[in-house]
Amino acid sequence: MATDAPLLELTDVRKHYAVSGGPLGLKTVGAVRAVDGLSFSVRAGETLSIVGESGCGKTTTARLILKLEEPTAGAISFEGRRLDTLDAAGLRHFRGSVQAVFQDPWSSLNPRMTVGRIIAEPMIVQARLSRQDRQDRVAELMTQVGLRREQAELYPHQFSGGQRQRIAIARALSVDPKLIVLDEPVSALDVSIRAQILNLLKDLQDRLGLSYVMIAHHLATVRHMSHHVAVMYLGQLVEIAPGRELFRRPLHPYTQALYSAALSTHVGRPLSEPALKGEIPSPLNPPSGCRFHPRCPHALAECSASEPALVEIEPGRRVQDCSCVRRLISAAAK
Amino acid sequence: MSSAPVLKVEGLVTELRSGGGSVRAVDDVSFEINAGETLGLVGESGSGKSMTCLSILRLIPSSVGRVTGGRVVLEGTDLMTLDEAQMRHHRGRRISIILQDPMTSLNPVLRIGDQVGEAIKLYRGLEGPALRDAIVDGLRAMRIPAPEQRVSAYPHELSGGMRQRVGAAIAMAGPPAVLIADEPTTALDATVQSQLLALLKDVQRETGLAILFVTHDFGIVATICDRVAVMYAGRIVELAPVAELFANPRHPYTEALLRSVPDLDVDVERLYSIEGQPPALDDLPAGCSFAPRCAYARDVCRERGPPRIEAGSLHHASCWKLAGYGD
Repeated sequence: MATDAPLLELTDVRKHYAVSGGPLGLKTVGAVRAVDGLSFSVRAGETLSIVGESGCGKTTTARLILKLEEPTAGAISFEGRRLDTLDAAGLRHFRGSVQAVFQDPWSSLNPRMTVGRIIAEPMIVQARLSRQDRQDRVAELMTQVGLRREQAELYPHQFSGGQRQRIAIARALSVDPKLIVLDEPVSALDVSIRAQILNLLKDLQDRLGLSYVMIAHHLATVRHMSHHVAVMYLGQLVEIAPGRELFRRPLHPYTQALYSAALSTHVGRPLSEPALKGEIPSPLNPPSGCRFHPRCPHALAECSASEPALVEIEPGRRVQDCSCVRRLISAAAK
Repeated sequence: MSSAPVLKVEGLVTELRSGGGSVRAVDDVSFEINAGETLGLVGESGSGKSMTCLSILRLIPSSVGRVTGGRVVLEGTDLMTLDEAQMRHHRGRRISIILQDPMTSLNPVLRIGDQVGEAIKLYRGLEGPALRDAIVDGLRAMRIPAPEQRVSAYPHELSGGMRQRVGAAIAMAGPPAVLIADEPTTALDATVQSQLLALLKDVQRETGLAILFVTHDFGIVATICDRVAVMYAGRIVELAPVAELFANPRHPYTEALLRSVPDLDVDVERLYSIEGQPPALDDLPAGCSFAPRCAYARDVCRERGPPRIEAGSLHHASCWKLAGYGD
């Protein structure tokens, strides 16, 4: 399914938020570097997941991809066209091609609209199809996501969490998108419902050739769903790799810490308290050099000096080229 | 690890007001926890986990509902027979709770030292310099760095993980014999979660604390629990030692739930999925509550409540299939 040209490409994307201070708050005293030099691409039919702890910039990245925020620097391209140069028609096409499903289906659906209207709304905005054709399409979409077409007349509160997430997925699909941004799509759902939604998302991907950018924190879910996984720390990528490779052999100390903190469902695996010191520092004033070095169990003296670059060490696999990472890789090779 | 149960819950029933009538949010729940032991209470939202905790602590507001049956025996005392003043003597001091969201369980306008101190003063009667020392010691015991300075911090100045440690310091002020942990790590990042879990296990080793750990995360269950009770629609459908439950789940709900969770180390092409959704408490099916979603259900399951079957030592499950469908 995957072709060579990327569907979505981010090149050195940055998003800084000015922080004001001083008398009356009129002066800009600094910047929160929420996203700071992000480069990756997503191909058609592929899922890229972004993992990292709160404050790492994954939600900002999702908002940038959806063009809900403009980057401070760098470029985002979709189907080879830069988003900041799109004309009105290009923008309309983009808005139809990229959709989102959010975490909380209780707050992402308008409680005063019928489900049929909610699902039809993107088509109305995009001025697609006649009224009758839209109704047919709504019925078709509802069947596709496992709802009954008669339910189009009901309101969101008459549905359970899992069904609401199906409604949100049907809404996203209504304009035939190529890419869907999934922001924690199952973490608000009950455990017995999650598998239903994950299976549905995979089926839709296979059938429609969709690409997903998924934000998630549950690593086992990420492993199950993703072709590639990007690990973010304080606004930067520390490692990006094919999902299976990343979990089989996490290379960056932060990836290793995240992996060891993920609780396996195998009884008897000891609780390994991650060797991380302290908590995630403020992105307002990130540490010098490698941003992870103050918490890194393998940090060397030189780690605080220079900012490590992301280098490709295997096809499709990039990791921050920090002194300690190089040492870990060569130690593992012996 | 001593073997005398410090907490024994027998036939607990809690009814909540609903419309004109009432629904059973907790239906004949029984379990016991020994000193130094962690019992996991697993279930989906609405299965009655939190209601069980609040019922044990007698914290269900009378406008919402009440405990209508059963006994909760803490260190030999049946809490359900106490008057409110006597209950207040036990609550917090001998049995305490740590909640999911430390941002809402702490008072935002009081310094954390004062909040921890309030509990220590109430439970241990300390004042003055002795109280101040006990506050710092309490924070230090929860591995809060620089506790002497942190006493004067406000909750919003702390990270989520640190706030949850303050919540733990308050819960441990008694010090209690039983700690109820109601999804205390759900709002935390993974690395912070494992730090807090490791802390609770260390405190347990040092003090012999019995922990009732409420969660929906089988990773937490596998990692820190000794035994597990699985709740569905207000009832415990299966209870077993943790290794036994994962290796040999007997209730179809437990089995399906375990199969539906993706694993960190194993690839599967497609997740097993349980169809349908948990029933509403005011609209429970006749017979077994899980029958409408159960792959093994037969007529008897839809007609009569399932019997409790002993499936091994310390292992029981309530299911008609295990009883040979009554034949």
